[in-house]
Amino acid sequence: MNKIKCALIGSGNIGTDLMYKLQRSEILEPVWMVGIDPDSEGLARAREAGLKTTAEGVDGLLPHIEADDIRIAFDATSAYVHADNSRKVNELGVLMIDLTPAAIGPYCVPPVNLDGLKPGTMNVNMVTCGGQATIPMVAAVSRVQAVEYAEIVATVSSKSVGPGTRQNIDEFTRTTAGAVEQVGGADKGKAIIVINPAEPPLLMRDTIHCLTEDTPDQQAITESIHAMIAEVQRYVPGYKLKNGPVFDGRKVSVFLEVKGLGDYLPTYAGNLDIMTASAARTAEMLADTMLGSSTQG
Amino acid sequence: MDLKGRTVKLHDMSLRDGMHAKRHQISLKEMVDIATGLDKAGVPLIEVTHGDGLGGASLNYGFPAHSDEEYLSAVIPQMTQAKISALLLPGIGTVDHLRMAHDLGVNTIRVATHCTEADVSGQHIGLARELGMDTVGFLMMAHMITPEKLLEQAKLMESYGANCIYCTDSAGYMLPQDVTDRISLLRQHLKPDTEIGFHGHHNLGMSIPNSLAAMAAGANRIDGSVAGLGAGAGNTPLEVFVAVLERMQVNHGIDLYGIMDVAEDLVVPMMEQPIRIDRDALTLGYAGVYSSFLLFAQRAEKKYGVPARDILLELGRRGTVGGQEDMIDDTAMTMARERQQVSQS
Repeated sequence: MNKIKCALIGSGNIGTDLMYKLQRSEILEPVWMVGIDPDSEGLARAREAGLKTTAEGVDGLLPHIEADDIRIAFDATSAYVHADNSRKVNELGVLMIDLTPAAIGPYCVPPVNLDGLKPGTMNVNMVTCGGQATIPMVAAVSRVQAVEYAEIVATVSSKSVGPGTRQNIDEFTRTTAGAVEQVGGADKGKAIIVINPAEPPLLMRDTIHCLTEDTPDQQAITESIHAMIAEVQRYVPGYKLKNGPVFDGRKVSVFLEVKGLGDYLPTYAGNLDIMTASAARTAEMLADTMLGSSTQG
Repeated sequence: MDLKGRTVKLHDMSLRDGMHAKRHQISLKEMVDIATGLDKAGVPLIEVTHGDGLGGASLNYGFPAHSDEEYLSAVIPQMTQAKISALLLPGIGTVDHLRMAHDLGVNTIRVATHCTEADVSGQHIGLARELGMDTVGFLMMAHMITPEKLLEQAKLMESYGANCIYCTDSAGYMLPQDVTDRISLLRQHLKPDTEIGFHGHHNLGMSIPNSLAAMAAGANRIDGSVAGLGAGAGNTPLEVFVAVLERMQVNHGIDLYGIMDVAEDLVVPMMEQPIRIDRDALTLGYAGVYSSFLLFAQRAEKKYGVPARDILLELGRRGTVGGQEDMIDDTAMTMARERQQVSQS
């Protein structure tokens, strides 16, 4: 079967984990890994995995895009360089999936809003780990009835939070809260992140509270939540309901645990795994459309 | 212990940590009356914020009777000599809240992180310093790590611009020697002009001895709360501490009768429950659990039939940290289910 060829920008933990996920895909093929340090372990691992590599940043990739028929790129670098990376590959017709907090394209949470993406969108943003884990639950409630307010609490292990997130933790709370509204469908959103240093590291935990405008329809909401969990489990098998939904007046609470697949990142880092899995899932859904339209054309 | 002639800056917590004990429902009038009373009694610094800091208003921690803006705007203009501080926990509040507090006239910002996670506070401490605020790094649950590890984290906060570092006994778990070990190492290795503070809870009845140990080891800011109003068994009761300092001939600048009266006439009458070391608060101190979990665990006991003590002990075993209030209901539900399964089998 014809596969859509992909490039990964950023050879760190996220890029490496994503590479392994893409290699399992039936419709995606990771071809290039882009780094900035020729001696980096990430580039060495990519070479071992059979990818072409460059240590000259995105500029080292550009001359090969056409010849290697690259259609999708993933950016797992940083918000600071993302806009540049995106512009450069977009100019060559490559669609960009943004795993940084730059968020220059629309937020995307695969089981919630991927179908509604405008045709011709060339950059989509994967929100945050907390957003990927919790927004499907907010949407599961808001598709049943209006949600006046939604609040999410993401607790992650200290070991799974890198320096970039730590230096700008406000970006996490702002971006996640924004996407809880825009994608989750709540009138008002709030996000809280807690970092826990326990050893052995705890699995990612997420709590979602929604306030519905009217009395919640318990049965419809419970069914909607279970259906949405099954959707997310298609690409994150370790996405698990621990408790709830609990109904208390107009408040609906859901308690989740997210265990990673352990492709490259450790299983406790479900917060990182759900980002790479969502990015891969997004790319697969977009690749489906690309393959469909190219056979038609 | 000889502290004669020393000078200490006392910092009242009743209108911030006390918000936990009042389910964040202190009225504007109560807030203003107490702050005015403390101001008149000579308390130099008073914290006014949601219990979980700026932006803490939430389903998870509790919606307050009024917003941080409303409380701060009501209190600050009434102060004649006291300065107002605000607490900020990165991950809950953001630099936007910090700017708001600064614009309203907040003098001191206390940026709080779990004791191992100081590196999430860089942007907030940096901004507060840039704005010219008295900037405090507040290392919570400091009993969970060694003095050496605490020093590493304190140095990070100092490097971001904090002019004062707190060793915070959020669980009321520490014994005086634990305080001495931590504060003396901080005093020895932080810059000489960096102030050191101690924040205690009374869960093991050690808040006053711990505060004295902190002073003896080099701390010059001590948190307390008038009538002890605070999370768990409360904070160091400020009027009691003032009396102790008075007898020890420490300079504190507070009128003892004045603060006694605030405690007796204003704070005690508004308590929803006695602030005392009941079995649940004692469990917090004994097991090293975040003090503001107390009322949540007691509510979970009523809802799910699992004793609050058992829930708190389990949360301690799991190594939960400040901010994980959502895990209280979650743990209670899981424990209730497990117990039902055991009783059925």
